[in-house]
Amino acid sequence: MMSVETEIRFSLNGRPVSLKVPATMKTLAMLRDRLGMTGTKYACGEGECGACTIEIDGKTVNSCLMYAVDCDGREVVTIEGLRTPEGLHPVQQAFVDHGAVQCGFCMPGMIMQSRNLLANNPELTREQAQRGLEGNLCRCTGYTKVLDAVDAVAATNTCGGRANP
Amino acid sequence: MEKTANATPTAKQTLIGTRVKKPDAPDKATGKTRYINDMVLPQMLIGKVLFAGRPHAKIVRIDTSAAEQLPGVHAVLTGKDATGLKFGFVRDNVALKDKVRCEHDEIAAVAAESEDIARQAVALIEVEYEDLPGVFTPEDGAREDAPLIHDNFPGNKSLAFDFQHGDVAAAEAASDFVVDNVFRPHHVTHCCMGTSCAIADFDHNGKLTIWTQTQYPYNYKMDLAPALGLHPGDIRVIQPPIGGAFGSKLDVYPYEPIAALLARKTGRPVKVIYSREEEFKASPTRQPAIIHMRTGCTRDGTLTFRSADVLLDNGAYTSWGPTIPVIMMRTVSGHYRVPAVDFKAQAIYTNNPYAGSFRGYGNVQCTYATAQQMDMLADMVDMDPLAFHLKNSQKSGEITPQKSFLRECALVECLETAAQASDYSRKRKEYAAQQDAPGRYKKGIGLASSIHNAGGAKIHKSDGIGTILKMDDYARVTVITGASEIGQGIDAVITLIVSEELGVPLEHVTLVNNDSDIAPWDVGVHASRTTFIAGNGTRRAARKAKAQILAAAEKVLGEPAETLELRGGSVVRDQCGTPIIKLDRLLRQMHFQAEPELVMVTDYYEPKSEPEGAQHMSDHSAAYSHAVHIAEITVDTLTGEIKVDKVTVAQDVGRIINRMGLEGQVEGGLAIGLGYALSENMLLDHGLLKNASFRDYKLITAPEMPPLDLHFIESDCAEGPYGAKGISELPTIVIAPAIANALYNATGVRIFNPPMSPETVARAIHERRMQTAPGKATTPSEALAV
Repeated sequence: MMSVETEIRFSLNGRPVSLKVPATMKTLAMLRDRLGMTGTKYACGEGECGACTIEIDGKTVNSCLMYAVDCDGREVVTIEGLRTPEGLHPVQQAFVDHGAVQCGFCMPGMIMQSRNLLANNPELTREQAQRGLEGNLCRCTGYTKVLDAVDAVAATNTCGGRANP
Repeated sequence: MEKTANATPTAKQTLIGTRVKKPDAPDKATGKTRYINDMVLPQMLIGKVLFAGRPHAKIVRIDTSAAEQLPGVHAVLTGKDATGLKFGFVRDNVALKDKVRCEHDEIAAVAAESEDIARQAVALIEVEYEDLPGVFTPEDGAREDAPLIHDNFPGNKSLAFDFQHGDVAAAEAASDFVVDNVFRPHHVTHCCMGTSCAIADFDHNGKLTIWTQTQYPYNYKMDLAPALGLHPGDIRVIQPPIGGAFGSKLDVYPYEPIAALLARKTGRPVKVIYSREEEFKASPTRQPAIIHMRTGCTRDGTLTFRSADVLLDNGAYTSWGPTIPVIMMRTVSGHYRVPAVDFKAQAIYTNNPYAGSFRGYGNVQCTYATAQQMDMLADMVDMDPLAFHLKNSQKSGEITPQKSFLRECALVECLETAAQASDYSRKRKEYAAQQDAPGRYKKGIGLASSIHNAGGAKIHKSDGIGTILKMDDYARVTVITGASEIGQGIDAVITLIVSEELGVPLEHVTLVNNDSDIAPWDVGVHASRTTFIAGNGTRRAARKAKAQILAAAEKVLGEPAETLELRGGSVVRDQCGTPIIKLDRLLRQMHFQAEPELVMVTDYYEPKSEPEGAQHMSDHSAAYSHAVHIAEITVDTLTGEIKVDKVTVAQDVGRIINRMGLEGQVEGGLAIGLGYALSENMLLDHGLLKNASFRDYKLITAPEMPPLDLHFIESDCAEGPYGAKGISELPTIVIAPAIANALYNATGVRIFNPPMSPETVARAIHERRMQTAPGKATTPSEALAV
C-alpha cells in the first residue's frame, strides 16, 4: 500500500532537516525509523507514558501522538539535542549524579519533561515537579531520585531557557 | 628510574557504603544507549504474531495462503512448524499452538520486510475456531466436570507443594485465638517500559545467536533449546541493554522461539517486538492465588501455629508463577517463631494468562496474608502489634522449621527502629480512637514485616557465578562476569568492589557481562542474589589479582607483600600510605620481563547454601533478611481513596555497598508494591484482558509516591561481600500489608482481595457502617454525610 508522502522541513536539534513522510506517520516513528534518532523511546504509543516526550517550539509533546507532517516549520528538540559541547546538560548530569537512572528506558522522556519544567519555572518546587512529571511513567525508580535530581537543578538554577541550542 | 608514583601519602579510604554512580547512566541519560528495542541488523526482518484472542478453542482450519502471497512477506509459520517442540517448566508449552488455551496463544507468525507488511500479513491469515467452554478460576478448574485444558494433565492439576512441621491440631487446640481468612491476591503484570523484544539469527553451522532481554542467560539456553530442537550448546545469548525486567525475563516466552523459528526459515535475522497492548496481553503476570490462612496464638500473645491452604490460578501454561510456594512456605513457616506449620499449595490450570516470576516472588502474596493476620491477632489479644511482633521475633542463630539458618537476624532492630522513627505506638492508639468519630478523612498507621532470602536461593543445582578479571598494561581492569545488568545496578557494585580491592579509579573498570560465549556461568538476576553472589565473586577475583600483584611488587621492590597495599593507582606502604610504584608501571614490568606474567585471574564462587530439595528442609539461601514497613495513610471515607502520606522502612541490608543504588532499589521496589496495593489490577473477563493500556491499568505516578524514611540496619552478614545481604525484593513485599493494616487502623475495615482500590475500600467502609449502625444509613452519601 502506497500512501501519500509530504515533504517537510524543520529544525532538529538546531540543524535543518528535510524529508518526505507519509501522512499517517507519527513523529516518534519518523525520529526513530527515518532519522535514526533512537534516544526517544516507544513505550505505549498512545500518549500515556511520556517515554517519547520531545520539545516542539519550546513545548513538550508526546511524539507518539503527533503526526510527523505537523513538524513542518517547527523547532524540534530530542534528548540527543540537550547535550552541550561541554558534555551533559545540567539536568542530564543531575539525573546521573542523583542515581535517577536505573534501566533508563523512560529517562529520555523524563529528562525532556524535567528540563522543560525547570526552564519554565526556575524555582520549581518538589510538588510542582511531581505534578509536572505525572505523565511520565517509570517502573524502576519510584520517582524519588528523579525528584531529587530536579530539586538539585532547581536549587542551583542552572537549567537555562529553551532547549534549542 | 623514578619509582615514586606520587609524593603524597594515600590514606586508607573505603568506598564501601558510599554513593557510586551507575557507569551506564550518562549514555542512558543522553539517549545514546542502544537498547535491544532500538537495534537494527542488516537484512533484518520483522516478525509479527497472530494471537488467538479467545480463551479456549480448537483450531478447525488455518489458511495462510493470502499472507504468504503478500509482497514483502518471507515466511508464515503455524502450529505445524512447532509440532513436538515442547518447552517450559513442565513441557506444556510450544511456540506456536495447535489448540487455544488462553487469549494470547500464538497461532501463527509472519516475517516480513517491514512492520507494516508483517501486520498486514497477520491480518490476512484466516483461522476458523471452534470455541470450547473455559475455566477462569482455579476452583472451577479443579471441579470434576471441568473442561480439560491439557490432555496430559488430569484434573487440570499443575504443580503441588506441601510442608508440615509439628502438630497443628494440638497447637490449634492449645490456642486461645485463631484467625481464619481467605485472601485473594490478584493478577498484575510487570509493565517493563521497554516492551518484549528478541532478535534471532542463525549462522550456516546451525548456531543460533539470540539478542534477548533475558535475566538468566545460562539456564535460558537450556530452556530455549527444546523449543527449537536445538542443542543448548548451539545457542549464543547476547543481552543488550533492556527497559526493565523485574522477574519477567526469567523464563522463555513464545515470542523468543518464534523469532528463532522465523530466522531459521528465512535465513535472515528476525526481530519480534511487542506493542504495549501485546505486552499487556502476552507477557507474564504475577501469580494470583487464593490463600486460606489460619494463625493461632495464646492469650499472652505467643504464636502457636500457622496453616495455609493455597490454590494457585496456574493459567494456561506453567512458567515460574506456580513455583512460588517454595518461597511462600518459608514465610508461612519461618516468619516469626511458629511452632507448628501446615502448608499446602496446588496449582490448577485455567484459561487465564499465566504467571512468571515477579519481584517478590510469592512473598508479596503471602506476606499480604501473614502480616495482616499478625495485626489481627495482636488486636485480639489486645496488644500493641509492635509488642506482639517483638514477642514472637527470632534472634540471630535461630533455625526455622524449614532449616533456614538465621545467622544474623536483625528483625528486632528493624521493628524497633521503624516503630521509633514513625512514633508508631502512639499514633496507632490515637488513630484507632478516632475510627468512629465524625469526619470524612481518617488517618491510619500500619506495621508489616517479612523475611526473604538474601543470599540467593539454591533452586538449581548451582547458585554460583564465574568471574574472570584481567588487567592490561595501563592498569585498566576488565571484569568478565556472568552477572547480568538489567537496570538494577550490579555494574556500579562490581565497579565499586574492584576499585575498593585494587585501588584503581572507578572509571578504569569495564564490565563484559552480556555474551554467553564470553562470560562464565551465573544463575541470573533473581532471588535478590546478584550483589551477594556476584559481589562475592568479584571480590574473590580481585583479591586473587591483588595477591599476584603484591607478590610481584615484593620481588621488584624488595619489601614484604604483606606490608604493601594497592591504593590510589599505586602500590603503597600499608602503614603510612606512601606510594612506591605506580600500578601500571608495575604491571608493565611484570609483563615485559624475562619470566613474563599477566594479571588474568579466574574465580568460581558457589555460596554455602543447600539445594532446596523435595522435602523443603534445607538452608537454601546463604543469608536471610527482614524488613519492616510502617505506612501512614489518609483515607477518604467517602471515595475510598487511600493517600499514602509516608512510609518508614527499616531493612536489614547486612552492609551497605553502594548507598545510592541501595536507596534506588528500595524506592523503586516499594513503588511496585504500592501499585500492587492500591491500583494495579488486570481486569479479566472470561480470560480476556479488558484494560490492556496504561490508561486503564494504573501504575503509581510521581505525585502518588510518598516520602520515604529509610533506615538500613547493618547486621554484617558473615558470608556476604563486606557483610552485605541481598536487598531488592523485600521493598516490594512488605508495603501492601502495611497499608492494609493502616487502613484497618483508620477505618476498621480489612481488604482481603487487593488492590485496595477506592471502589473496594469505599464499599467495605459502607458495609461496615451498615453493620455497626444498621438502619441508620442506606446509601454511602447518607452514611458519610457528616
